[in-house]
Amino acid sequence: MGVDANTLLRLTDLSVDFESHEGTVHAVDRVSFSVAPGELVGLVGESGCGKSVTANAILGLTRMVNNATISGAIDFLGRDLVTLPESEVRDIRGKDISMIFQDPVTSLNPVLSIERLMTEGLEVHLGLSHGDAIKRSIELLQLVGIPKAAGRIKDYPHQFSGGMRQRVMIAIALSCNPKLLLADEPTTALDVTIQAQILRLMKQLSREYHAAVVVITHDLGVVAGMCERILVMYAGRIAESGPAKALFGHPHHPYTVGLLRSVPRLNEPRKDSLQTIAGLPPDLAHLPPGCSFAPRCWLATEACWQQVPELFHTDAGRLSACFHRDKLIAGAEMPA
Amino acid sequence: MSAPSTNATQAAGDGRETLVRVEDLRVHFPITSGIVFRHKVGAVYAVDGIDLEIRRGETLGLVGESGCGKSTTGRAILQLIRPTTGRVLYEGGDLAHLKGGALRRQRRRMQMIFQDPYASLNSRMTVGDMVSEPLLVHKLADRAGRKVRVRELLETVGINPNTLNRYPHEFSGGQRQRIGIARALAVEPNFIVCDEPISALDVSIRAQIINLLQQLQREFGLTYLFIAHDLSVVRHISDRVAVMYLGRIVELAENAVLYEQPMHPYTQALLSAVPIPDPVAEERRRPVVLTGDVPSPVEPPSGCHFHTRCPAAREGLCDVEGPTLKEVRPGHWAACHLITLDDYPHIRAGEDDLAVVAEQGGEAAGEGGETA
Repeated sequence: MGVDANTLLRLTDLSVDFESHEGTVHAVDRVSFSVAPGELVGLVGESGCGKSVTANAILGLTRMVNNATISGAIDFLGRDLVTLPESEVRDIRGKDISMIFQDPVTSLNPVLSIERLMTEGLEVHLGLSHGDAIKRSIELLQLVGIPKAAGRIKDYPHQFSGGMRQRVMIAIALSCNPKLLLADEPTTALDVTIQAQILRLMKQLSREYHAAVVVITHDLGVVAGMCERILVMYAGRIAESGPAKALFGHPHHPYTVGLLRSVPRLNEPRKDSLQTIAGLPPDLAHLPPGCSFAPRCWLATEACWQQVPELFHTDAGRLSACFHRDKLIAGAEMPA
Repeated sequence: MSAPSTNATQAAGDGRETLVRVEDLRVHFPITSGIVFRHKVGAVYAVDGIDLEIRRGETLGLVGESGCGKSTTGRAILQLIRPTTGRVLYEGGDLAHLKGGALRRQRRRMQMIFQDPYASLNSRMTVGDMVSEPLLVHKLADRAGRKVRVRELLETVGINPNTLNRYPHEFSGGQRQRIGIARALAVEPNFIVCDEPISALDVSIRAQIINLLQQLQREFGLTYLFIAHDLSVVRHISDRVAVMYLGRIVELAENAVLYEQPMHPYTQALLSAVPIPDPVAEERRRPVVLTGDVPSPVEPPSGCHFHTRCPAAREGLCDVEGPTLKEVRPGHWAACHLITLDDYPHIRAGEDDLAVVAEQGGEAAGEGGETA
C-alpha cells in the first residue's frame, strides 16, 4: 500500500454491510477517497447515506458491531485500520484520529467530571502525570474559549450549556494533537449563532495544529464556508467529489444539483416554489440494480437502471458517478 | 412591552383583516420545590409579554434560537398551554377564557402541525383512523362521509388513499409529515400553527413539504404561523417575520424589509450567522459572531434581555431599562434603545455586511452558467 507524503488517510473500496432481518444492508459500498494532512474535507449526504458509518469505520468502531462485515482498506499513515489488531487501533483511536460527535448532551459521560473526561486521554496516550494532564486540560479549555477554565475543570457536563459542551468535546478531541479529526454533525444540535462560533473555532484550530478535519453533515451551508474539498454521498456510494468552489458552483452529479436547488438561500432572490427531488432515498437492503439515484433522477436513461456508474474523472480533482455527467458539464438545467 | 393600543397600528399596513391578535401574552412555568408542601421557588419566563397580529391569509414567520419561547408562543395561542396572563383574540373573541366545549368548538378553526412526525402520530392507530378522528370528534361527517373525506384528504397531501389501513411505521418521515398535515386539514381550519414542520426531515424531502404547505395555503386560503429556526426557510415561506429572543419579540417586519434592512442587533447577528451553501459568498461575508450563550430564561438579564451578548450595548441604558417594541418605520417594529440614537454604530456594520451579500446574490445568479 503506497502512501506518499501528501496522503494522511486513504480509503480503498471500503464496504460496510450489516446483516438484518430485512436482508443485508449495504451501508457503505466501495467508497474510495483520500485526505491530505491538514486538509478540510466535507462529507455531505442525507441520513442513511453512509457518511457516519464511514467515519465509524475509520475510527474502528464498526468492528465492534457483531452483524457488520467490513471489506476494503483504510490506510492511515501506512497502516491498514481494517486488518490492524484492536490493541494497535486503540493506540491510534483518540490519539492520531479523534472524533467529535453530534450530540454534546449524550456523548459526554454524565457521571465523570470534565477533569476525568479530559485527563484520561492525556494520561493514556501521552503518558502525562495527573498533575501535568490537569495543567494541559486547563490550557486546552482556555484554547476552545471556556471562560474561567481553571475553576470549571471540576464541573460535570450538565453544568455546561450545549455550545460549551461541544467546546469541551473539541478540547478532548484535540488533547492528544490528532492528525485527523472526524466531526460527525458537529453543529447540528446547536443554535445558529453558536454554530458560527464552533465552525470558526474548528477551522482556526485545524490551521494551528495542522490537523486534517473531515466534517460530516447534511447541511451544505456548514461545509461551504469551511471545507476545501467536498464529497457527496448517496445511498452508501460517493456520488461526486471535488474542490468546494467548483463543486458548489457547477455540480457534476444530478443529486448534487437537486440538493443545492432544493434549499432556499439568503443570497438569492425569493422564488415562488422550491425545486424538489422527487421520491425518497432508496432502502439500503434493496438497492436498485443500477445507479441508486436513477429512480429520482431527471436525466436517467435505460443504462442507469442496469449498470452502477463508476466514478469518472470530470475536471481537475473532480469525480462524478454519473453516466450523464457530460450533459451537466455542458450546462443541462434541472427541470422545474 | 407595547400597550394594546399600539397594536391596532400593527395591522394598519395593508387591507388584510386581523385573524389572530395576541396581547401581552405571558407564559411562566413555575419551578417548585418540596414534596409534601410544594412551593414555588422561581419561574421559567418562557414567553414574557408578546404582542402579535396575524392577518387572514398570510404566513407569519416566527424565528429564534432554541429556548427563546417560539414554540411555547404557538402552543399558548392554540391554548394547548394556558397562558399565565394576556389575551389571545381569534376573530375578536378571547380564547384564553374559553373552556371545555366552547374551546373545542373554536379549535375546529385552528390546528397544529408538529415538528416530529415520529412522535406526533399514534403508532397504534391506522392512518385512516387518525385522519378521521377529528371528523368524529367534531361530528363533521357520518361513517360513510368520513370514509370519502379521509381518502380525499390523503390524496390532497400526496398520500396514496389505498394505504389508509396502514400504520405510521410503514411510512417514511416525509410521508408521516404529510399524514400529520392531512389530520390538521380534516376539520377545515382557517389557521394553522406549523411548529418546525420540516426540521426533522431529510434535506431532499424538506422542499417537498414546503411546497405542499404553500400549495395548500393557496388552495384553502389558510393562515400560517410558521415557527422555525432556519432563517432561509422562513424567508422563503413568510409574508412577515417576527424575531424572538428570550421570551420577547425583538423585531417584526415585512419579509423583504427584515432580511434586507434588519434593525435590531440580534437580527443582524442572526442573519449574518446563517450558513449559505455557496463557498464564494461565504468567503466574502463578514459575519457578526456573537460571544457567549443564550442566557437562561429562569433568570433573564436585566433591562434588554440581549444586552449581555449585544456588540453595541450601552452601559447604564441597555442593562437598566427594557426597550419596548416600537414602530421605527411603517410596518417595521423593533425593540432596541439604540436604533433611535444618531450615533448607532452597529447598524452601519450590518448594512455593509448585507450589501455584500445582496451584491453577491446578483453576481451568483449571473455566474451560475459560466463557472466550470
